[in-house]
Amino acid sequence: MLNLNGIGKRFGGLTALDGISFNVGKGSITGIIGPNGAGKTTLFNIATGIYPPSCGAVLLEGKDISKLPPEGRAHLGLVRTFQNIELFGKMTVLENVMVGLHTQSKSGMFACAFRMPWQMGEEKRIRARAQELLEFVGIPELADVEAGTLPFGKGRLLEIARAMALEPKLLLMDEPAAGLNSSETAELADLIKRIRDLGITVALVEHDMDLVMDICDQLVVLNLGTMLAEGTPREIQDNQAVITAYLGEE
Amino acid sequence: MELLNQVSQFVISGLATGAIYALIGLSFAIIFNSTGIINFAQGEFVMLGGVLTILCINALQLPLLAAICAAVAGTTVIGLVFERLAIRPLKNATPLALIIITIGASILIRGLVMLLWGKDTQALPAFSGNDPISVAGATLLPQHLWIFGVTILVIVGCRLFFHHTISGKAMRACSFNPRAANLVGVSVGRMVLFSFVISAAVGSLAGVIIAPLTMTAYDVGVMLGLKGFCAAIMGGMGSGLGTVLGGLILGALESLGAGLISSGYKDAIAFLILLLILFIRPQGLFKKGETDRV
Amino acid sequence: MKSDKLKFFAFCLAVLLAPLPLSGSYLTNVLVFVGVNSILALGLNLLLGFAGQISLGQAAFFGLGAYGSGVLTSVYAFNPWVAMVVVALAVAAFAFAIGFPVLRLKGHYLAMATLGVGVIANIAFNETVDLTGGPSGLSGIPNLAIGSFTFDTDLKNYYLVWGFALVMILLSLNLVNSRFGRGLRAIHDSEVAARVMGVNARLMKVQVFTLSAFISAIAGSLYCHVMTFISPTSFGFNTSVELLTMIVIGGFGSVYGSILGALLLTMLPEILRTFNDYDIIVYGLLLVVMTIYMPGGLVKGVPALFRRLTPKKAKEGANA
Repeated sequence: MLNLNGIGKRFGGLTALDGISFNVGKGSITGIIGPNGAGKTTLFNIATGIYPPSCGAVLLEGKDISKLPPEGRAHLGLVRTFQNIELFGKMTVLENVMVGLHTQSKSGMFACAFRMPWQMGEEKRIRARAQELLEFVGIPELADVEAGTLPFGKGRLLEIARAMALEPKLLLMDEPAAGLNSSETAELADLIKRIRDLGITVALVEHDMDLVMDICDQLVVLNLGTMLAEGTPREIQDNQAVITAYLGEE
Repeated sequence: MELLNQVSQFVISGLATGAIYALIGLSFAIIFNSTGIINFAQGEFVMLGGVLTILCINALQLPLLAAICAAVAGTTVIGLVFERLAIRPLKNATPLALIIITIGASILIRGLVMLLWGKDTQALPAFSGNDPISVAGATLLPQHLWIFGVTILVIVGCRLFFHHTISGKAMRACSFNPRAANLVGVSVGRMVLFSFVISAAVGSLAGVIIAPLTMTAYDVGVMLGLKGFCAAIMGGMGSGLGTVLGGLILGALESLGAGLISSGYKDAIAFLILLLILFIRPQGLFKKGETDRV
Repeated sequence: MKSDKLKFFAFCLAVLLAPLPLSGSYLTNVLVFVGVNSILALGLNLLLGFAGQISLGQAAFFGLGAYGSGVLTSVYAFNPWVAMVVVALAVAAFAFAIGFPVLRLKGHYLAMATLGVGVIANIAFNETVDLTGGPSGLSGIPNLAIGSFTFDTDLKNYYLVWGFALVMILLSLNLVNSRFGRGLRAIHDSEVAARVMGVNARLMKVQVFTLSAFISAIAGSLYCHVMTFISPTSFGFNTSVELLTMIVIGGFGSVYGSILGALLLTMLPEILRTFNDYDIIVYGLLLVVMTIYMPGGLVKGVPALFRRLTPKKAKEGANA
């Protein structure tokens, strides 16, 4: 599904990533783990086109997307959520999801200003779909609340609903469980599995080992910008290099 | 020969105004580098320098040097008050809010000066007479020498301050990483205040030394400020040699353009340069690009 | 949705009836300029309040519209309506072309670049004396007319200008509550997140910049035909700042807020006649104070103030 080929990234003199290559299998849930500063978020930013890699290529379904801007990748079905939740705080919850439906609609400036009949129909369709997605993540009652006032856990759910609105083929989640309590995390695990069951490939960066071991089919371990190991959760748990570098201290 | 003389004359007077732009650019960079703010009221500090000096001479009968000191001190106090009243209380300091506030402050200062001082244009007497000095076929005014001298002094002074004193180093630390600076005990708030104070002082000094050449009025700050900003942009918003070179190049180009092409479009030249640089090399003329971290 | 329509209808009614009690006093004349300024403020608010992109060069587009129409009709004897459309399209094309490099810039740099465009345009108005009359202005611009009906009194001009204003208000309201408007507001809140959501931020910013220039140019054309005389001082940096002040006072990102700001700021100097040139001090103070204490402008700030005051009273009542 998503192929990373020899990705490297330098910031000035600092090498953040070096020769990262792996494949996210279609229909799987892939976890990317590693200690702080391992380069996980940087890798996500490169995969989604927030900034370009210093070397290497990003392939989505075999197509090189290294040069595409984030919005271009979104159109191809590559969507992400953010570690610190990037909601549109001054817009309502429903509107947030409706922005997510941007790629699923096409009314331009003129159609919108003059309220063309087909634009009105499209608007109605978007609104209904957004409400459906809020139901899917379990917060339909919050539709008209200003997103900036949501508690963190609900904000996370909204962000996922908004990402789902893009009809992603591949959903990248940056630390989805960060800041959630244990019942919220359990809810999240369930939600991620339901997303996978819809046929959407999921890749996530995560610190919560219980969650990762529970839901992931495949794990990639990063350490200090290099790849340490790759395999099923079971294999990773038994991997000596990983244990010393990462789990070793515990 | 005639043309050559003319050209060298334009270059000399251009370099003198260019030095002023450099000083103003420097004062922009000082605030920008410790706060990330482009202070749209910077030009008003420049205007205040000239206006207050004339006021001190006319109203208080102070000798020139004392008047200059009083004017620079006065502007510095205004810079301090400005930071306290307009910048500090801002809770949600988005760039947009800062732009609007500093624009507001700038027209407020300009309006108050107009109210108290009137709309008249006045001149400050040249520091040491108006007898021209002839250099290689071009004439140089004593005031030009003052400008070059003061500019060099200020630049060397800033360099020493920012690289060789604790306060200066602390301010630079804030510009690199305010949180880290805070962790090692630097009070970021105080450094922001400092930067406004120093910047106001440098800006007003620029206003004082140019006043004898160009006359001064309540509204000269706008153009001077914008051109100083242009110089700073050319130098990549650094507080070093880049800004100085930017100012000098701008001054010379502007003077040549005004002299050889059309004086009406003199001000447009600076803005065309500004736009070109923002479009093509926003990191400045003399710097290499760097990847931004998001 | 229903209440939005009702609000607009009530507003239309207010606009329609407003000149009646004034019965031809000079206030009607002031209200004509409130209309022009409302259109301008609305144009800027779409760009600044909704998309979050500052422009300090709005006066340039306003001036290009005014001079474009003025020169075409007075010198080249164009039909004013044709001139208005041609000029507005040309100004929009110009804005679209410079929009790509300009809107790549952010924050302070964007402010400076748009300011630069404004200053250069103003210098051009002053210096192209053969065409514009330079600093002494351009006169002899005809009034607008439909057949033999000429818009030559304050009252006629009032309905002319406000007719345009109402259409633009309606279109703006449609726009901001649609897919396009949501995209703009998303860019304002978080450009990175908006782009990840597939919003083409770069293009949409240029589009709204172009739209705002188009609207300003129409306002310029109307202004020149109402005034029949224009000079460069009306299209300088101060005008751009005045427009900014209107939005800051009325309400960032509020269509009606733009109108309220335009109304207050246009009436203010008329009410405070003694102020003369010193209204600039008031503008400065308003910009600083509003940004610090009421960043949403009056439209959002006053209801919020009420909300803050009323529960306090309720609580005090409970305590007593």
